[in-house]
Amino acid sequence: MNRLWKYGDGVDTDVIFPGKYTYTLKEPGEIAAHALEDLDPRFAKESQAGDVIVAGKNWGNGSSREQAVTTLKYRGIAAVVAKSFGRIYYRNAVNQGLLLLTCPEVVDAAVDGEALTIDLATSTISTGGRTFAFPPLSPSVLSMIEAGGLVPHLRKKLGLTATGDVKIAD
Amino acid sequence: MGKTFAEKALARAAGLAEATAGQIVDARPDIILSHDNTAPIARIFNTIGVDRVAFPERLAITLDHAVPAPTPVHARNHAEVRAFVAEQGITHFFEIGRGICHQVFSEEALILPGQLILGSDSHTTHFGWLGAFGAGIGRTEVAALWATGELWLRVPEAMQVTVVGQLAPGVTTKDACLHLIGQYGADGGLYRSIEFTGPGLATLSLESRMVIPNMMAEFGAKNAYLPPDDLVFEWLEERIRRREARGAKGDVSSPSSLIPLPTSALYPDPDAEYAQRVTLDLSAIELTVSCPHTVDSAVPVREVAGRRVHQAFLGTCTNGRIEDLAAAVEILKGRKVAAGTRLLVIPASSEVMAEALKRGYVQDLFDAGAVFGTPGCGPCMGNHLGVLAPGEVCISTANRNFRGRMGEREAEIYLASPAVVAASAVKGVIADPREL
Repeated sequence: MNRLWKYGDGVDTDVIFPGKYTYTLKEPGEIAAHALEDLDPRFAKESQAGDVIVAGKNWGNGSSREQAVTTLKYRGIAAVVAKSFGRIYYRNAVNQGLLLLTCPEVVDAAVDGEALTIDLATSTISTGGRTFAFPPLSPSVLSMIEAGGLVPHLRKKLGLTATGDVKIAD
Repeated sequence: MGKTFAEKALARAAGLAEATAGQIVDARPDIILSHDNTAPIARIFNTIGVDRVAFPERLAITLDHAVPAPTPVHARNHAEVRAFVAEQGITHFFEIGRGICHQVFSEEALILPGQLILGSDSHTTHFGWLGAFGAGIGRTEVAALWATGELWLRVPEAMQVTVVGQLAPGVTTKDACLHLIGQYGADGGLYRSIEFTGPGLATLSLESRMVIPNMMAEFGAKNAYLPPDDLVFEWLEERIRRREARGAKGDVSSPSSLIPLPTSALYPDPDAEYAQRVTLDLSAIELTVSCPHTVDSAVPVREVAGRRVHQAFLGTCTNGRIEDLAAAVEILKGRKVAAGTRLLVIPASSEVMAEALKRGYVQDLFDAGAVFGTPGCGPCMGNHLGVLAPGEVCISTANRNFRGRMGEREAEIYLASPAVVAASAVKGVIADPREL
């Protein structure tokens, strides 16, 4: 079951992925192991692929470190739904192919630990027996997320041979 | 309808006649900034499948985040950066000890009024002090820029901040920024171009202006802008002359030094459309401290005076310049750092360090009990050179006080001006410098 993990306003990149690891940890597994370390120590132990994070305003404010996105991507987190996002975090997520959705109503209604499902085809999110609409993603953002991020997107644009997943050793 | 600075600067960078807020443009930055993260970016670059950097003369790289290398892992990272720089023929490369990217690229006049600088560092907003458009981006985006020279940017809506009045003696632009962020919240300027204007700006020294766009990263801003005046042009022209006199002319393949500065500058139109307009009255600003663990938890210093401080840190791209050291020397000269408290001083650049030596500040601070670090970022983001233990409290001149930022979750960081940090070092508790 895909559960949701609920957090408050202003969660910054230092608690999502501590700065002290930014030049020492390189492997996806290592990066994933420290997700949300200084926010919620349970998360890196208990979260499962397909889980969703639901948060308040300005999720991911602070440093430009991309590991604050990849730590969630490598854990298999399906999406982050928030009231708003730090601006560099938003760009990083698009460029890494991590789905971010802005939907304040879901955030107010969501209960930590409950199930949550996202339907991109209808631009809706369901949780707690209720369904909420979110503004559809722009085609350019969606195409980049679907391509798996900026690098695969760029390879396609530059006409370089697409060989499926490109491994990024961040 | 007139245009904001952001609309003009991004139209210029995208080669368009005009651009409007909300539009997505393909912008070509004049300078692409990276630092110790150049090595991981190079690894991403290698996955794209392009061999050579498209415009090597547009890259500017410093080693500043963990210098000198504190561990073999960091040392390997530096070695990888140096190898990339050599292989790709990057000329704007600055070795360990030269200083923090934002300070060094300002000192080297690599970016000029009206130009666009994108960097894999969230405080790239810094370059707004000279009227440039500076924005932070991610590592993968920098790799894409190296490959193609261009990147999608959404033209941001703008917020106009009209600065009036004059700061009281001892009060600084750091206090003003912490106050502004406290008043409107850490997302008060989210996604926006924060465009400053007003008669209060002319009362501010150049170094104190540099603090403002640097701090606007903590306001959520995409970029921030101060209108460049003669002080800015003279400062830059002097730097360009100095660089050329050093014989560095051949290195500078950017057309920077060929552009007459005042004509490269961009100013918003009087009838530009702003999403929000606010006024910042400098004369109403008090000495301000941001409490753990967010920058917007700002209070007047008197509300937190007396709290025990284990470490005081003077430095960073926010407040590690000569004017900041001078403010600290004024407090610390002839005094001693309190027993049980440590004072770390890390100048923002080698140029600041040299000037501090010349003025006798290094001796003054040393006599007061300060410990010096290599010019660079120091412990600001928890890499080395003064990270904290659980339960410890640091008062810092940096721009960020997030939980765990200085290496330990159960430590606390207060943010303040250099004078408040120096006074707190003397008293061993958070202190108002006027009460010493």
